[in-house]
Amino acid sequence: MTDPLLQIEGLRTVFRGANGDVPAVDGVSLSVPRGKTLGIVGESGCGKSMLSLSVMRLVPAPGRIAAGRVVFDGQDLLALDAPALRSLRGNRIAMIFQEPMTSLNPVFTVGDQIMEAMRAHDRRASAAGLRARAAAALDRVRIPAAARRLDDYPHQMSGGMRQRVMIAIALSCGPDLLIADEPTTALDVTVQAQILDLLRDLQAQTGMAIILITHDLGVVAEMADEVAVMYAGRVVERAPGTAIFDDPQHPYTLGLLGSIPRVEETRDRLLAIEGAVPAPFALPSGCRFNPRCVFRAPPCTEVDPPLLPLGPDHTAACIRAPVEDLAA
Amino acid sequence: MTPVLEAEGLAKHYPIRRGLLSRASGTVRAVDGVSFQVMPGETLALVGESGCGKSTTARLALRLLDPTAGTVRFEGQDITALHGAPLRALRRRMQIVFQDPFASLNPRMTVRDILEEPLIVHAIGDRTARQTRVAELLGLVGLAPYHAARYPHEFSGGQRQRIGIARALAVEPALVVLDEPVSALDVSIQAQVVNLLDDLQRRLGLSYLFIAHDLAVVKHVADRVAVMYLGRIVETGPKDQVFADPRHPYTRLLLSAIPRPDPHRRLARQAAQGDLPSPANIPAGCRFHTRCPFVIDRCRTEDPALHQVETAHLSACHRAAELPPLDIEQAHPAPPAAARRLALYAERRAAQAEGVQ
Repeated sequence: MTDPLLQIEGLRTVFRGANGDVPAVDGVSLSVPRGKTLGIVGESGCGKSMLSLSVMRLVPAPGRIAAGRVVFDGQDLLALDAPALRSLRGNRIAMIFQEPMTSLNPVFTVGDQIMEAMRAHDRRASAAGLRARAAAALDRVRIPAAARRLDDYPHQMSGGMRQRVMIAIALSCGPDLLIADEPTTALDVTVQAQILDLLRDLQAQTGMAIILITHDLGVVAEMADEVAVMYAGRVVERAPGTAIFDDPQHPYTLGLLGSIPRVEETRDRLLAIEGAVPAPFALPSGCRFNPRCVFRAPPCTEVDPPLLPLGPDHTAACIRAPVEDLAA
Repeated sequence: MTPVLEAEGLAKHYPIRRGLLSRASGTVRAVDGVSFQVMPGETLALVGESGCGKSTTARLALRLLDPTAGTVRFEGQDITALHGAPLRALRRRMQIVFQDPFASLNPRMTVRDILEEPLIVHAIGDRTARQTRVAELLGLVGLAPYHAARYPHEFSGGQRQRIGIARALAVEPALVVLDEPVSALDVSIQAQVVNLLDDLQRRLGLSYLFIAHDLAVVKHVADRVAVMYLGRIVETGPKDQVFADPRHPYTRLLLSAIPRPDPHRRLARQAAQGDLPSPANIPAGCRFHTRCPFVIDRCRTEDPALHQVETAHLSACHRAAELPPLDIEQAHPAPPAAARRLALYAERRAAQAEGVQ
């Protein structure tokens, strides 16, 4: 087996608070194989976006990366200087965000914005060459009449079209890794299905790896080869894409699965998870999920569980897993 | 039985004005002839993609917008032309919960002020009675009395949506319009709010007009479903019939587009073709024909009317009767380990809920 494309080790991202540092990401280790998709799932506030910003070294002040290593293709990103980092960002690692409405600049045409990214990484390109490449980029994300739409402004496009433009910009330099932070959350289901298909096809063509951040396990099931479930700044379960659905171990994962309304079945009530994600400055002692956990036992409030192996490439941070053993 | 709400041929057209003289150069037909009924204690879901006119329909039904054509009846009374004091009095009976719990609560008011305001507007009770009612409302939606003194920013999205629901219930309405009440929330929180809405309906005998784009959520909350496309209802019927045997290609498209939490059926889905056409430029014939996999020549010229395919199940498709049965209902059987653990989870949840009461 070859080296993973991206290896995150013990990453800790903190924000300065009134009473010392508050961790948003707290000791996360993950790896992304080349050409594969890692899905990161969790509720808002679980640290999944902050994790991806940390990988790009885009953590907003007053946050900072306090510990850990982020090794991308053999280079530690945390040790790179600003110019080296800049040549990597947008070029070999690209990112798309949730809001296709706010990620594009409303006063420039779509073509200008695609060409801006290309020019930033290729200073000597000719104007005509750039325009042709930009048109090809739009064509690749299946925007009809691509050459003509280069002169459109973002407001002339639908939400789905704008997200396609964002993807075209992200892919314009042929990245090895695409970080997609909730790329379809703001879109209608039919458009979401189109965008997910597009991402999958583009991945097959280019062999790029994808980190897909989402709160929707349905999207994960469609896309991910590997899944990491995050809760309160930590990875609480990590498994291959099918195992997380066939053999879910952590009570939080069970809760997320139970919350999903399914078209195929009618349950009387959805299995909501009571309560909310704790704030990073008010973490409970012991297991961070224990106040919301239906399987809580006395040790859970004291012992902070490490990730324990529970199957092939499958780990979960729960001392009560597998939960069916409790009934016996 | 008289329906709580009855809409007949509702339409809302907006002129597109251009140039110095603001001459109308076209029309956006946001809602284009919509009829439906909401019976007492029932939930009717209006489903469709953004831009299909579902929110405009809800606002027309509440008389927050004036219709271009059509009538609205509330508990049998024609309210289409109601104005002034009688309309205000009617607002006590029908309320709305908005999608965005961050934008729909005034950040400078405490929760107490927010919940008390509708009572003051409608001159209900004296100061003490109103305070009691605020406490009661908070309990009703699962918040604590001390939350009354707090400001909206101190709450999470799910809690804010509970406040929005409490505000709508303050004046004891018969009908609540829920405009995408859970689509801005995380799944786990979404489930809490869906369960709460369900409880409230049962306890208070409320009627819901539930606006949504997510058919999976609708499957859980609705009694009847109306699917909208470009300002029209294209299919409507009892929930079970519409989901088990959809008779309009658009409904099928929506159903198959939902990402299922099941990696084994990843490629079973057929992706939708194309974007929603603009409501300023509605296709001739059947308005869905530009995206329809079952299109025939007739669809390009002849606009299909809603017609009955089964009792109470209507479809606006020329080929409604010939569509093949839909097989996406056959889910991959739940894997045993996952099913066992989810059952155990449900059991514990139920035991816990009982312990609390």
